[in-house]
Amino acid sequence: MDHLHHLKDEDVLLLLNDLLEQYGYDFTDYSFASVKRRLQRVYIADRFPGFAEFRYKVKTDAGYLVHLMEQITVNVTEMFRDPGFFRELCRQVLPVLATYPLIRIWHAGCSSGEEAYSVAILLHEMNLLHKSIIYATDINENVLETARRGIFPLQYMQQYSQNYLLSGGQQEFSRYYAANYEYARFSDILKEKIIFAAHNLVTDHSFNEFQLIICRNVLIYFNKDLQDKVLHLFSDSLEQLGFLALGAKETLRFTTVAPLFKPIAHKEKIWRKIAT
Amino acid sequence: MTPLPKLLVIGGSAGSLDVLIQLLPELEPEWPLAMIIVLHRKAGSDTLLSELLSAKTCLSVKEAEEKDMLLPGCIYVAPADYHLLIEPDGSLTLDASEKVHYSRPSIDVTFISAAEVCGGHLYCLLLSGANMDGAEGMQAVHESGGFTSVQDPATAEAPFMPKYAINTARVDKVFNIREMIDFVKGLKA
Repeated sequence: MDHLHHLKDEDVLLLLNDLLEQYGYDFTDYSFASVKRRLQRVYIADRFPGFAEFRYKVKTDAGYLVHLMEQITVNVTEMFRDPGFFRELCRQVLPVLATYPLIRIWHAGCSSGEEAYSVAILLHEMNLLHKSIIYATDINENVLETARRGIFPLQYMQQYSQNYLLSGGQQEFSRYYAANYEYARFSDILKEKIIFAAHNLVTDHSFNEFQLIICRNVLIYFNKDLQDKVLHLFSDSLEQLGFLALGAKETLRFTTVAPLFKPIAHKEKIWRKIAT
Repeated sequence: MTPLPKLLVIGGSAGSLDVLIQLLPELEPEWPLAMIIVLHRKAGSDTLLSELLSAKTCLSVKEAEEKDMLLPGCIYVAPADYHLLIEPDGSLTLDASEKVHYSRPSIDVTFISAAEVCGGHLYCLLLSGANMDGAEGMQAVHESGGFTSVQDPATAEAPFMPKYAINTARVDKVFNIREMIDFVKGLKA
Protein backbone atom coordinates (compact mmCIF):
# COMPACT_ATOMS: atom_id res chain seq x y z
CA MET A 1 0.00 0.00 0.00
CA ASP A 2 1.74 3.20 -1.00
CA HIS A 3 1.34 6.28 1.11
CA LEU A 4 -0.72 8.29 -1.37
CA HIS A 5 -3.39 5.66 -1.15
CA HIS A 6 -3.52 5.48 2.56
CA LEU A 7 -6.38 7.29 4.27
CA LYS A 8 -5.34 9.15 7.38
CA ASP A 9 -7.46 9.21 10.52
CA GLU A 10 -8.25 12.89 9.83
CA ASP A 11 -9.51 11.98 6.33
CA VAL A 12 -11.84 9.39 7.78
CA LEU A 13 -13.21 11.87 10.32
CA LEU A 14 -13.80 14.43 7.56
CA LEU A 15 -15.73 11.90 5.47
CA LEU A 16 -17.81 10.76 8.43
CA ASN A 17 -18.65 14.36 9.15
CA ASP A 18 -19.69 14.92 5.51
CA LEU A 19 -21.94 11.85 5.60
CA LEU A 20 -23.59 13.14 8.75
CA GLU A 21 -23.92 16.82 7.83
CA GLN A 22 -24.95 16.33 4.26
CA TYR A 23 -26.85 13.07 4.21
CA GLY A 24 -27.83 12.42 7.82
CA TYR A 25 -25.96 9.10 8.01
CA ASP A 26 -24.26 8.94 11.37
CA PHE A 27 -21.25 6.62 11.52
CA THR A 28 -19.49 8.58 14.23
CA ASP A 29 -20.42 5.99 16.89
CA TYR A 30 -19.30 3.07 14.76
CA SER A 31 -16.07 1.23 15.51
CA PHE A 32 -13.47 3.53 14.03
CA ALA A 33 -11.08 0.75 13.01
CA SER A 34 -13.79 -1.07 11.12
CA VAL A 35 -15.17 1.99 9.30
CA LYS A 36 -11.68 3.14 8.41
CA ARG A 37 -10.88 -0.25 6.94
CA ARG A 38 -14.08 -0.24 4.87
CA LEU A 39 -13.42 3.28 3.56
CA GLN A 40 -9.83 2.37 2.77
CA ARG A 41 -11.06 -0.58 0.68
CA VAL A 42 -13.47 1.55 -1.38
CA TYR A 43 -10.86 4.26 -1.81
CA ILE A 44 -8.42 1.76 -3.33
CA ALA A 45 -10.99 -0.25 -5.28
CA ASP A 46 -12.47 2.83 -6.94
CA ARG A 47 -9.02 4.16 -7.86
CA PHE A 48 -9.24 7.73 -6.71
CA PRO A 49 -6.10 9.75 -7.49
CA GLY A 50 -6.22 11.30 -4.03
CA PHE A 51 -8.35 11.91 -0.97
CA ALA A 52 -9.66 15.27 -2.24
CA GLU A 53 -11.17 13.55 -5.29
CA PHE A 54 -12.71 10.83 -3.11
CA ARG A 55 -14.28 13.40 -0.81
CA TYR A 56 -15.56 15.49 -3.72
CA LYS A 57 -17.25 12.43 -5.24
CA VAL A 58 -18.94 11.60 -1.96
CA LYS A 59 -20.15 15.17 -1.52
CA THR A 60 -21.45 15.69 -5.04
CA ASP A 61 -22.62 12.35 -6.43
CA ALA A 62 -25.75 10.94 -4.78
CA GLY A 63 -25.47 7.79 -6.89
CA TYR A 64 -21.99 7.19 -5.56
CA LEU A 65 -23.28 7.64 -2.03
CA VAL A 66 -25.56 4.61 -2.43
CA HIS A 67 -22.56 2.56 -3.49
CA LEU A 68 -20.46 3.91 -0.63
CA MET A 69 -23.12 3.12 1.94
CA GLU A 70 -23.22 -0.44 0.72
CA GLN A 71 -19.45 -0.67 1.04
CA ILE A 72 -19.15 0.87 4.51
CA THR A 73 -21.64 -1.42 6.14
CA VAL A 74 -20.78 -5.10 6.31
CA ASN A 75 -23.15 -7.18 4.21
CA VAL A 76 -21.72 -10.62 4.70
CA THR A 77 -24.37 -13.10 5.71
CA GLU A 78 -25.43 -16.65 5.03
CA MET A 79 -28.37 -18.96 5.63
CA PHE A 80 -28.44 -20.78 8.96
CA ARG A 81 -25.10 -19.31 10.05
CA ASP A 82 -24.26 -20.89 13.45
CA PRO A 83 -26.66 -23.87 13.27
CA GLY A 84 -26.53 -24.19 17.06
CA PHE A 85 -28.32 -20.87 17.32
CA PHE A 86 -31.15 -21.95 15.04
CA ARG A 87 -31.50 -25.26 16.91
CA GLU A 88 -31.95 -23.35 20.15
CA LEU A 89 -34.42 -21.01 18.47
CA CYS A 90 -36.54 -24.01 17.47
CA ARG A 91 -36.18 -25.68 20.85
CA GLN A 92 -36.77 -22.78 23.23
CA VAL A 93 -38.25 -19.80 21.39
CA LEU A 94 -40.56 -20.86 18.57
CA PRO A 95 -42.67 -23.20 20.78
CA VAL A 96 -43.42 -20.19 23.02
CA LEU A 97 -44.22 -17.96 20.06
CA ALA A 98 -46.60 -20.68 18.84
CA THR A 99 -48.99 -19.75 21.66
CA TYR A 100 -49.60 -16.27 20.20
CA PRO A 101 -52.37 -15.64 17.65
CA LEU A 102 -50.03 -13.42 15.62
CA ILE A 103 -46.26 -13.74 15.73
CA ARG A 104 -44.28 -10.56 15.10
CA ILE A 105 -40.53 -10.86 14.56
CA TRP A 106 -38.07 -8.05 13.89
CA HIS A 107 -34.89 -9.00 12.11
CA ALA A 108 -32.70 -5.89 12.47
CA GLY A 109 -29.70 -5.50 10.17
CA CYS A 110 -30.91 -8.25 7.86
CA SER A 111 -28.56 -7.34 4.99
CA SER A 112 -29.46 -9.38 1.89
CA GLY A 113 -32.02 -11.40 3.83
CA GLU A 114 -30.51 -14.88 4.13
CA GLU A 115 -31.22 -15.14 7.86
CA ALA A 116 -34.77 -13.82 7.51
CA TYR A 117 -35.45 -16.57 4.96
CA SER A 118 -33.85 -19.08 7.33
CA VAL A 119 -36.22 -18.08 10.13
CA ALA A 120 -39.18 -18.21 7.75
CA ILE A 121 -38.24 -21.77 6.79
CA LEU A 122 -38.12 -22.88 10.43
CA LEU A 123 -41.48 -21.20 11.13
CA HIS A 124 -42.89 -23.00 8.13
CA GLU A 125 -41.69 -26.35 9.41
CA MET A 126 -43.32 -25.73 12.78
CA ASN A 127 -46.50 -24.82 10.98
CA LEU A 128 -46.33 -21.23 12.30
CA LEU A 129 -45.47 -19.25 9.21
CA HIS A 130 -49.09 -18.60 8.23
CA LYS A 131 -49.61 -16.54 11.40
CA SER A 132 -46.19 -14.84 11.42
CA ILE A 133 -44.81 -11.58 10.07
CA ILE A 134 -41.07 -11.01 9.88
CA TYR A 135 -40.09 -7.35 9.63
CA ALA A 136 -36.59 -7.48 8.17
CA THR A 137 -34.80 -4.14 8.16
CA ASP A 138 -31.48 -2.74 7.09
CA ILE A 139 -29.92 0.69 6.68
CA ASN A 140 -29.03 -0.11 3.11
CA GLU A 141 -31.59 0.06 0.24
CA ASN A 142 -29.44 -1.88 -2.22
CA VAL A 143 -29.15 -5.00 -0.13
CA LEU A 144 -32.85 -4.83 0.72
CA GLU A 145 -33.59 -5.02 -3.00
CA THR A 146 -31.56 -8.24 -3.17
CA ALA A 147 -33.38 -9.52 -0.10
CA ARG A 148 -36.81 -8.83 -1.63
CA ARG A 149 -35.92 -10.75 -4.76
CA GLY A 150 -34.92 -13.78 -2.69
CA ILE A 151 -32.56 -14.96 -5.39
CA PHE A 152 -29.20 -16.21 -4.17
CA PRO A 153 -26.21 -17.86 -5.91
CA LEU A 154 -26.79 -21.56 -6.41
CA GLN A 155 -23.19 -22.34 -5.51
CA TYR A 156 -23.92 -21.67 -1.83
CA MET A 157 -26.85 -24.06 -1.59
CA GLN A 158 -24.80 -27.09 -0.72
CA GLN A 159 -23.33 -25.35 2.32
CA TYR A 160 -26.70 -23.83 3.27
CA SER A 161 -28.26 -27.24 3.00
CA GLN A 162 -25.70 -28.65 5.44
CA ASN A 163 -26.28 -25.74 7.83
CA TYR A 164 -30.01 -26.26 7.49
CA LEU A 165 -29.80 -29.90 8.47
CA LEU A 166 -27.49 -29.07 11.39
CA SER A 167 -30.04 -26.46 12.46
CA GLY A 168 -32.67 -29.15 12.79
CA GLY A 169 -34.29 -28.74 9.38
CA GLN A 170 -36.61 -31.63 8.63
CA GLN A 171 -37.12 -31.50 4.88
CA GLU A 172 -35.10 -31.52 1.72
CA PHE A 173 -33.64 -28.02 1.70
CA SER A 174 -34.03 -27.87 -2.07
CA ARG A 175 -37.82 -27.86 -1.80
CA TYR A 176 -37.61 -24.20 -0.70
CA TYR A 177 -36.09 -22.88 -3.90
CA ALA A 178 -36.20 -23.30 -7.65
CA ALA A 179 -32.81 -23.61 -9.31
CA ASN A 180 -32.42 -21.54 -12.41
CA TYR A 181 -29.02 -21.40 -14.12
CA GLU A 182 -26.63 -20.18 -11.42
CA TYR A 183 -29.34 -18.97 -9.09
CA ALA A 184 -31.72 -20.30 -6.49
CA ARG A 185 -35.03 -18.47 -6.30
CA PHE A 186 -36.67 -18.87 -2.91
CA SER A 187 -40.32 -19.76 -2.61
CA ASP A 188 -43.07 -17.13 -2.51
CA ILE A 189 -44.51 -18.89 0.53
CA LEU A 190 -41.53 -17.56 2.47
CA LYS A 191 -41.41 -14.14 0.83
CA GLU A 192 -45.05 -13.36 1.51
CA LYS A 193 -44.38 -13.35 5.23
CA ILE A 194 -41.31 -11.14 5.22
CA ILE A 195 -41.55 -7.35 4.97
CA PHE A 196 -38.23 -5.86 3.96
CA ALA A 197 -37.90 -2.17 4.85
CA ALA A 198 -35.25 0.48 5.43
CA HIS A 199 -34.53 1.28 9.06
CA ASN A 200 -31.49 2.98 10.54
CA LEU A 201 -30.74 1.69 14.03
CA VAL A 202 -28.72 4.82 14.79
CA THR A 203 -31.42 7.39 14.04
CA ASP A 204 -34.80 5.69 13.64
CA HIS A 205 -37.24 4.79 16.37
CA SER A 206 -39.25 1.75 17.30
CA PHE A 207 -42.06 0.94 14.88
CA ASN A 208 -43.95 -1.90 16.53
CA GLU A 209 -43.92 -4.39 19.40
CA PHE A 210 -42.40 -7.78 18.80
CA GLN A 211 -42.12 -11.13 20.51
CA LEU A 212 -38.70 -11.82 19.01
CA ILE A 213 -35.95 -9.49 17.84
CA ILE A 214 -32.97 -10.95 16.01
CA CYS A 215 -29.91 -8.75 15.47
CA ARG A 216 -26.75 -10.72 14.83
CA ASN A 217 -23.29 -9.33 14.10
CA VAL A 218 -24.47 -5.73 13.98
CA LEU A 219 -23.62 -4.47 17.47
CA ILE A 220 -19.96 -5.50 17.09
CA TYR A 221 -19.55 -2.51 14.76
CA PHE A 222 -20.90 -0.01 17.30
CA ASN A 223 -19.18 1.71 20.19
CA LYS A 224 -20.40 1.20 23.74
CA ASP A 225 -22.77 4.20 23.79
CA LEU A 226 -24.44 3.25 20.54
CA GLN A 227 -24.72 -0.38 21.63
CA ASP A 228 -26.55 0.76 24.74
CA LYS A 229 -28.83 3.03 22.76
CA VAL A 230 -29.74 0.30 20.28
CA LEU A 231 -30.28 -2.26 23.03
CA HIS A 232 -32.74 0.14 24.69
CA LEU A 233 -34.51 0.49 21.36
CA PHE A 234 -34.80 -3.30 21.24
CA SER A 235 -35.95 -3.54 24.83
CA ASP A 236 -38.61 -0.88 24.18
CA SER A 237 -39.72 -2.75 21.06
CA LEU A 238 -40.14 -6.10 22.81
CA GLU A 239 -43.27 -7.31 24.51
CA GLN A 240 -42.93 -8.47 28.08
CA LEU A 241 -41.35 -11.97 27.98
CA GLY A 242 -40.22 -11.35 24.41
CA PHE A 243 -36.92 -12.79 23.15
CA LEU A 244 -33.75 -11.07 22.00
CA ALA A 245 -31.15 -12.90 19.90
CA LEU A 246 -27.66 -11.50 19.24
CA GLY A 247 -24.57 -12.67 17.33
CA ALA A 248 -22.15 -15.31 18.61
CA LYS A 249 -19.70 -12.73 19.97
CA GLU A 250 -22.19 -10.18 21.25
CA THR A 251 -23.43 -9.87 24.81
CA LEU A 252 -25.69 -7.92 27.15
CA ARG A 253 -23.06 -8.19 29.86
CA PHE A 254 -21.91 -4.76 31.08
CA THR A 255 -24.74 -2.99 29.22
CA THR A 256 -27.42 -0.89 30.89
CA VAL A 257 -30.24 -3.20 29.70
CA ALA A 258 -28.66 -6.29 31.28
CA PRO A 259 -30.97 -6.18 34.36
CA LEU A 260 -34.04 -6.27 32.11
CA PHE A 261 -33.12 -9.59 30.53
CA LYS A 262 -32.43 -13.13 31.59
CA PRO A 263 -30.25 -15.39 29.45
CA ILE A 264 -31.97 -18.53 28.24
CA ALA A 265 -29.18 -19.82 26.01
CA HIS A 266 -25.72 -18.54 26.98
CA LYS A 267 -23.71 -19.84 24.09
CA GLU A 268 -26.38 -19.21 21.48
CA LYS A 269 -26.91 -15.66 22.80
CA ILE A 270 -30.66 -15.65 23.41
CA TRP A 271 -32.22 -13.57 26.19
CA ARG A 272 -35.75 -13.12 27.48
CA LYS A 273 -37.16 -9.78 28.59
CA ILE A 274 -38.26 -10.07 32.22
CA ALA A 275 -38.69 -6.41 33.26
CA THR A 276 -39.33 -2.99 31.76
CA MET B 1 -5.27 7.84 29.29
CA THR B 2 -2.66 5.18 29.97
CA PRO B 3 -0.43 4.63 26.94
CA LEU B 4 -0.93 1.47 24.93
CA PRO B 5 1.35 -1.43 25.81
CA LYS B 6 3.77 -2.53 23.14
CA LEU B 7 2.21 -5.25 21.06
CA LEU B 8 3.36 -8.49 19.48
CA VAL B 9 1.07 -9.93 16.80
CA ILE B 10 1.74 -13.52 15.74
CA GLY B 11 0.09 -14.87 12.61
CA GLY B 12 0.08 -18.53 11.67
CA SER B 13 -1.58 -21.10 9.50
CA ALA B 14 -0.86 -24.76 8.74
CA GLY B 15 1.95 -26.03 10.95
CA SER B 16 2.09 -23.03 13.27
CA LEU B 17 0.43 -24.48 16.35
CA ASP B 18 3.49 -26.63 17.14
CA VAL B 19 5.69 -23.55 17.09
CA LEU B 20 3.40 -21.68 19.49
CA ILE B 21 3.36 -24.65 21.80
CA GLN B 22 7.15 -24.48 21.97
CA LEU B 23 7.22 -20.71 22.38
CA LEU B 24 4.55 -20.00 24.98
CA PRO B 25 5.90 -22.11 27.88
CA GLU B 26 9.16 -20.16 27.77
CA LEU B 27 7.62 -16.77 28.53
CA GLU B 28 8.10 -15.46 32.05
CA PRO B 29 5.10 -14.30 34.12
CA GLU B 30 6.43 -10.73 33.91
CA TRP B 31 6.56 -10.73 30.10
CA PRO B 32 5.60 -7.08 29.55
CA LEU B 33 3.90 -6.81 26.14
CA ALA B 34 0.39 -7.50 24.94
CA MET B 35 0.16 -10.36 22.44
CA ILE B 36 -2.41 -11.13 19.76
CA ILE B 37 -2.45 -14.52 18.06
CA VAL B 38 -4.23 -14.88 14.71
CA LEU B 39 -4.44 -18.49 13.57
CA HIS B 40 -6.27 -19.80 10.54
CA ARG B 41 -8.72 -22.53 11.41
CA LYS B 42 -12.17 -23.81 10.65
CA ALA B 43 -15.18 -21.76 11.66
CA GLY B 44 -16.99 -23.01 14.74
CA SER B 45 -13.92 -24.55 16.36
CA ASP B 46 -14.94 -22.54 19.40
CA THR B 47 -12.75 -21.72 22.36
CA LEU B 48 -10.68 -24.91 22.15
CA LEU B 49 -7.65 -23.10 20.79
CA SER B 50 -7.44 -20.55 23.58
CA GLU B 51 -7.86 -23.33 26.14
CA LEU B 52 -5.11 -25.35 24.51
CA LEU B 53 -2.75 -22.37 24.45
CA SER B 54 -3.69 -21.35 27.95
CA ALA B 55 -2.46 -24.69 29.25
CA LYS B 56 0.98 -23.91 27.81
CA THR B 57 1.76 -20.62 29.52
CA CYS B 58 1.60 -18.81 32.83
CA LEU B 59 0.40 -15.66 31.03
CA SER B 60 -3.30 -15.00 30.81
CA VAL B 61 -4.78 -16.28 27.53
CA LYS B 62 -8.26 -15.41 26.39
CA GLU B 63 -10.29 -15.53 23.25
CA ALA B 64 -10.60 -11.89 22.20
CA GLU B 65 -13.99 -10.30 22.86
CA GLU B 66 -15.14 -7.05 21.36
CA LYS B 67 -14.14 -4.02 23.47
CA ASP B 68 -11.42 -5.94 25.37
CA MET B 69 -8.58 -3.55 26.21
CA LEU B 70 -5.04 -4.56 25.30
CA LEU B 71 -3.17 -5.13 28.56
CA PRO B 72 0.49 -6.01 29.13
CA GLY B 73 1.10 -9.67 29.89
CA CYS B 74 -2.12 -10.79 28.25
CA ILE B 75 -2.52 -12.96 25.17
CA TYR B 76 -5.60 -12.47 22.99
CA VAL B 77 -6.61 -15.14 20.48
CA ALA B 78 -8.66 -14.00 17.48
CA PRO B 79 -11.90 -16.01 17.53
CA ALA B 80 -12.77 -18.33 14.66
CA ASP B 81 -14.83 -16.69 11.91
CA TYR B 82 -14.12 -13.06 12.93
CA HIS B 83 -11.42 -10.61 11.90
CA LEU B 84 -9.76 -8.81 14.78
CA LEU B 85 -9.08 -5.06 14.60
CA ILE B 86 -7.49 -2.63 17.05
CA GLU B 87 -9.07 0.72 17.88
CA PRO B 88 -7.02 3.88 18.49
CA ASP B 89 -7.77 3.59 22.23
CA GLY B 90 -6.32 0.05 22.38
CA SER B 91 -9.64 -1.75 22.53
CA LEU B 92 -10.43 -4.66 20.23
CA THR B 93 -13.11 -4.88 17.56
CA LEU B 94 -14.43 -8.05 15.97
CA ASP B 95 -15.53 -7.91 12.37
CA ALA B 96 -17.54 -10.49 10.44
CA SER B 97 -16.87 -9.05 6.98
CA GLU B 98 -15.60 -10.86 3.87
CA LYS B 99 -12.82 -13.41 4.19
CA VAL B 100 -9.37 -12.21 3.16
CA HIS B 101 -7.13 -14.81 1.49
CA TYR B 102 -9.93 -17.31 2.12
CA SER B 103 -9.42 -16.68 5.82
CA ARG B 104 -11.37 -15.19 8.70
CA PRO B 105 -9.61 -14.28 10.91
CA SER B 106 -7.07 -12.93 8.45
CA ILE B 107 -3.52 -12.11 9.51
CA ASP B 108 -3.29 -9.19 7.06
CA VAL B 109 -6.33 -7.53 8.60
CA THR B 110 -4.89 -7.58 12.12
CA PHE B 111 -1.34 -6.66 11.02
CA ILE B 112 -2.61 -3.64 9.08
CA SER B 113 -4.91 -2.51 11.86
CA ALA B 114 -2.16 -2.89 14.47
CA ALA B 115 0.27 -0.99 12.24
CA GLU B 116 -2.08 1.98 12.08
CA VAL B 117 -2.55 2.17 15.82
CA CYS B 118 0.78 1.02 17.24
CA GLY B 119 3.31 2.35 14.72
CA GLY B 120 6.81 1.72 16.05
CA HIS B 121 5.55 -0.05 19.19
CA LEU B 122 4.60 -3.11 17.19
CA TYR B 123 6.37 -6.40 16.53
CA CYS B 124 4.91 -8.86 14.09
CA LEU B 125 5.86 -12.46 13.52
CA LEU B 126 4.60 -14.71 10.75
CA LEU B 127 4.80 -18.46 11.18
CA SER B 128 4.36 -21.57 9.06
CA GLY B 129 1.49 -21.68 6.58
CA ALA B 130 0.40 -22.47 3.04
CA ASN B 131 -1.35 -19.18 2.29
CA MET B 132 -0.49 -15.68 1.05
CA ASP B 133 -1.97 -14.07 4.17
CA GLY B 134 0.28 -11.84 6.28
CA ALA B 135 2.67 -10.47 3.64
CA GLU B 136 0.73 -7.33 2.78
CA GLY B 137 0.13 -6.63 6.45
CA MET B 138 3.79 -7.12 7.19
CA GLN B 139 4.69 -4.48 4.64
CA ALA B 140 2.22 -2.10 6.32
CA VAL B 141 3.85 -2.82 9.69
CA HIS B 142 7.23 -2.01 8.19
CA GLU B 143 5.99 1.25 6.67
CA SER B 144 4.58 2.36 10.02
CA GLY B 145 7.91 1.76 11.72
CA GLY B 146 7.14 -1.61 13.32
CA PHE B 147 9.40 -4.66 13.45
CA THR B 148 8.75 -7.51 11.01
CA SER B 149 9.90 -11.11 11.34
CA VAL B 150 9.10 -14.55 9.99
CA GLN B 151 9.80 -18.14 10.88
CA ASP B 152 12.64 -19.45 8.73
CA PRO B 153 10.83 -21.29 5.91
CA ALA B 154 13.43 -24.07 6.20
CA THR B 155 12.08 -24.83 9.70
CA ALA B 156 8.40 -24.45 8.78
CA GLU B 157 6.10 -27.40 8.24
CA ALA B 158 4.44 -25.31 5.50
CA PRO B 159 7.09 -22.90 4.17
CA PHE B 160 4.96 -21.02 1.63
CA MET B 161 3.57 -18.29 3.90
CA PRO B 162 6.84 -17.05 5.45
CA LYS B 163 8.58 -17.45 2.09
CA TYR B 164 5.92 -15.35 0.37
CA ALA B 165 6.37 -12.62 2.98
CA ILE B 166 10.13 -12.65 2.51
CA ASN B 167 9.66 -12.26 -1.24
CA THR B 168 7.07 -9.50 -1.19
CA ALA B 169 7.50 -7.51 2.04
CA ARG B 170 10.32 -5.91 4.02
CA VAL B 171 11.20 -8.54 6.60
CA ASP B 172 13.61 -7.40 9.31
CA LYS B 173 14.46 -10.83 10.67
CA VAL B 174 14.20 -14.49 9.70
CA PHE B 175 14.25 -16.68 12.81
CA ASN B 176 14.77 -20.34 13.40
CA ILE B 177 12.62 -21.54 16.27
CA ARG B 178 15.25 -21.17 18.99
CA GLU B 179 16.15 -17.63 17.87
CA MET B 180 12.49 -16.75 17.71
CA ILE B 181 11.85 -17.92 21.26
CA ASP B 182 14.87 -16.02 22.59
CA PHE B 183 13.82 -12.88 20.76
CA VAL B 184 10.24 -12.95 22.03
CA LYS B 185 11.41 -13.77 25.57
CA GLY B 186 13.74 -10.81 25.51
CA LEU B 187 11.19 -8.17 24.40
CA LYS B 188 11.09 -5.20 26.77
CA ALA B 189 8.28 -2.83 27.63
